[in-house]
Amino acid sequence: MAVAAKAGSQNKSSPGKAGAARGARSLTRRTNGPVALSKDEEVSAYRDMLMIRRFEEKAGQMYGMGLIGGFCHLYIGQEAVVVGMQMASAKGDQVITGYRDHGHMLACGMDPKGVMAELTGRSGGLSRGKGGSMHMFSVESNFYGGHGIVGAQVSLGTGLAFANHYRNDGRVSMTYFGDGAANQGQVYECFNMAELWKLPVVYVIENNRYAMGTAVSRASAQTDFSKRGVSFNIPGEQVDGMDVRAVKEAAERAIQWCRDGKGPYILEMQTYRYRGHSMSDPAKYRSKDEVQKMREEHDPIEQVRRRLIEEWKISEDELKAVDSHVREIVNAAADFATTNPEPDPSELYTDILR
Amino acid sequence: MSIEVLMPALSPTMEKGNLSKWLKNEGDAIKPGDVIAEIETDKATMEVEAVDEGVLAKILVPAGTNDVPVNQLIAIIAAEGEDVSKAGSAPTAAPVAVAAPAAAPAVHASVPATAHPDIPAYDASGEIPHGTEMVPQTMREALRDAMAEEMRSNESVFVMGEEVAEYQGAYKITQGLLQEFGPRRVIDTPITEHGFAGIAVGAALTGLRPVLEFMTFNFAMQAIDHIINSAAKTLYMSGGQMGCPIVFRGPNGAAARVGAQHSQDYSAWYSNVPGLLVVSPSNAADAKGLLKAAIRNPNPVVFLENEILYGQTGMVPKMDDFVLPIGKARIARTGKDVTIVSFSIGMTYALKAAEELATLGIEAEVIDLRTIRPMDVDTIIASVRKTGRCITVEEGWPQSGIGSEISAQVMEKAFDYLDAPVIRITGKDVPMPYAANLEKLALPNVGEVVEAARAVTYR
Repeated sequence: MAVAAKAGSQNKSSPGKAGAARGARSLTRRTNGPVALSKDEEVSAYRDMLMIRRFEEKAGQMYGMGLIGGFCHLYIGQEAVVVGMQMASAKGDQVITGYRDHGHMLACGMDPKGVMAELTGRSGGLSRGKGGSMHMFSVESNFYGGHGIVGAQVSLGTGLAFANHYRNDGRVSMTYFGDGAANQGQVYECFNMAELWKLPVVYVIENNRYAMGTAVSRASAQTDFSKRGVSFNIPGEQVDGMDVRAVKEAAERAIQWCRDGKGPYILEMQTYRYRGHSMSDPAKYRSKDEVQKMREEHDPIEQVRRRLIEEWKISEDELKAVDSHVREIVNAAADFATTNPEPDPSELYTDILR
Repeated sequence: MSIEVLMPALSPTMEKGNLSKWLKNEGDAIKPGDVIAEIETDKATMEVEAVDEGVLAKILVPAGTNDVPVNQLIAIIAAEGEDVSKAGSAPTAAPVAVAAPAAAPAVHASVPATAHPDIPAYDASGEIPHGTEMVPQTMREALRDAMAEEMRSNESVFVMGEEVAEYQGAYKITQGLLQEFGPRRVIDTPITEHGFAGIAVGAALTGLRPVLEFMTFNFAMQAIDHIINSAAKTLYMSGGQMGCPIVFRGPNGAAARVGAQHSQDYSAWYSNVPGLLVVSPSNAADAKGLLKAAIRNPNPVVFLENEILYGQTGMVPKMDDFVLPIGKARIARTGKDVTIVSFSIGMTYALKAAEELATLGIEAEVIDLRTIRPMDVDTIIASVRKTGRCITVEEGWPQSGIGSEISAQVMEKAFDYLDAPVIRITGKDVPMPYAANLEKLALPNVGEVVEAARAVTYR
């Protein structure tokens, strides 16, 4: 079809050659591995990941105090994924994800006060208290939610890419979903259309090993998620999602692929969530040792922290200054979220239609 | 023995078609599988294949004949060795009912309304300027024109769905759009309702205006999560930031003899959802004016059409930009004795019943809802306060149906005016059967509406 003509012409002109070169073996690979970051990049990654970590810890604490209701899914442990992706993306690129979305919003530059006040259901929340933890959006920051239906964001994110293609504006859609959502049927419907129409979408599969309480091996016949696009000819990579350098390196390649009009790209981010699926998770499906081992050996923030001290010779004091700045922002968000008023009762009937 | 070739039906709802071309001449030998003629309707073109061997003895309907009824004798094939001239004078006399070939006026010709006594008049009720010329058009053409006009005026509007482009639409609603707007804006999708509905909603969240065609709303059940969870709720969940200007359209409800999985009326389902607008027109003019309004509307609109109505001709105002308000019912017939509320194909039963009732001295007021959500309850209540009686007519199921909602509204807002209970005429509470007789029983009929009106007027 013509919407694909410009982008797809290269592939379509030599199907035999392309087909041979793009067999299952060559379509997927391990990422190249970490490429060193500059000092500024390391500092900024450290700050951004720490912001998510501290924000989520505070949210967990406030949930325990009854200030946050409903479901609350924390991103702790997975910070390197969204931060590394954002380091590689450009202004105007869109982000869409599922219900574990606080980290993505902070990484998109959305106001922590607005996110936290939404968690507490206040009028100053990003959705004026009507969305909650799983449903926040920002037209300004190109953040398209925040979706509570597992897998729905994959179709919607492909639609964002469709719009980019329709407008020919060079933007790329970063569509995040988990290892659980990767088993939904609509994911494959969209893989098909995205490749067929050469839509600029990076599918970021955050494989944190558990779909709620179900281990990947108990739910997935193919546990190498980078291969999930093979039958659609979508290239994929497995990436160490605990290493922000590896994430950024792979993201740059994937995003460039999309911007060049070559269609979608899959990045399987191998990551880990330290906390339960939601705040009400009994955590009976994995051992404490497993969690402990990941924290001690692979923590994404600790990795950067160590490099900053050992390789960039940054002093503990300098790092403490970053830490306390982050804490100030998070505490201010928490204060705002607890003192800001609830929405006016008249808000019940607004925003249903335009 | 000679074999009679009859005008074939191309679809369950086809009643007549055009015999566009003969591919064999009289006297030609015919083998099974030979294409002997081409048949065409406003929806599709089909080749007529011979199933028997013989000689094409006689062509009884010349090429270029329009509106040939299904099952009319169109040719005779003589068996091998049979006398061709004898076969030509077969007992079935050459049909006299054949329409004049290709002389019918072009559909778009401007003809004054009075020249079309068979086409129901369209009471403009203040919605179009006085003296506006009215032209006959099928609902199919009206819908197509609505999309084309909106696509011309807004680059953000595009049409997407199964078979909407190269095939020209499964029901030919998108006929010609690919040719005018090209494949960037008229997009054939794979058969993947859940996925492409989500893609269209995602595109709408960025401000594009997709017109998403479902081949039928029965298939939209696979996509209903995106219609409700993604399209209808996002504006609210985003605190008013992110709207979803999208139209989901396609045929809804029963066609003819397509069984339970292809015959469901979803009006009540979508009507239940805050954040959606639900429109269901009964005639060509409303279809055009409301579809244009739906495409311009900043909210998600579920636009429920009806396959049987697609081919029906109505008078459509000839205007540069004919747009009707969403949420406004139309009084299709005024009366003082009983109010009949309906929409879409239900209006066919309602209006016929009103005519019959008139012969019994009962003057029915017939309200066409046009929009189901938001429902124009004020118009219903004003009428019921006048008549004191109310009947609802729909093809959908009875429980929690549109009639149930109207009944509750009337009870809450006009209880003291009622002289009889509200009666709901609905499709029967069964999956749609296939057998012709059972299907007929499962649908509402004019007799039921007449009986109900007599019951509530105690006559």
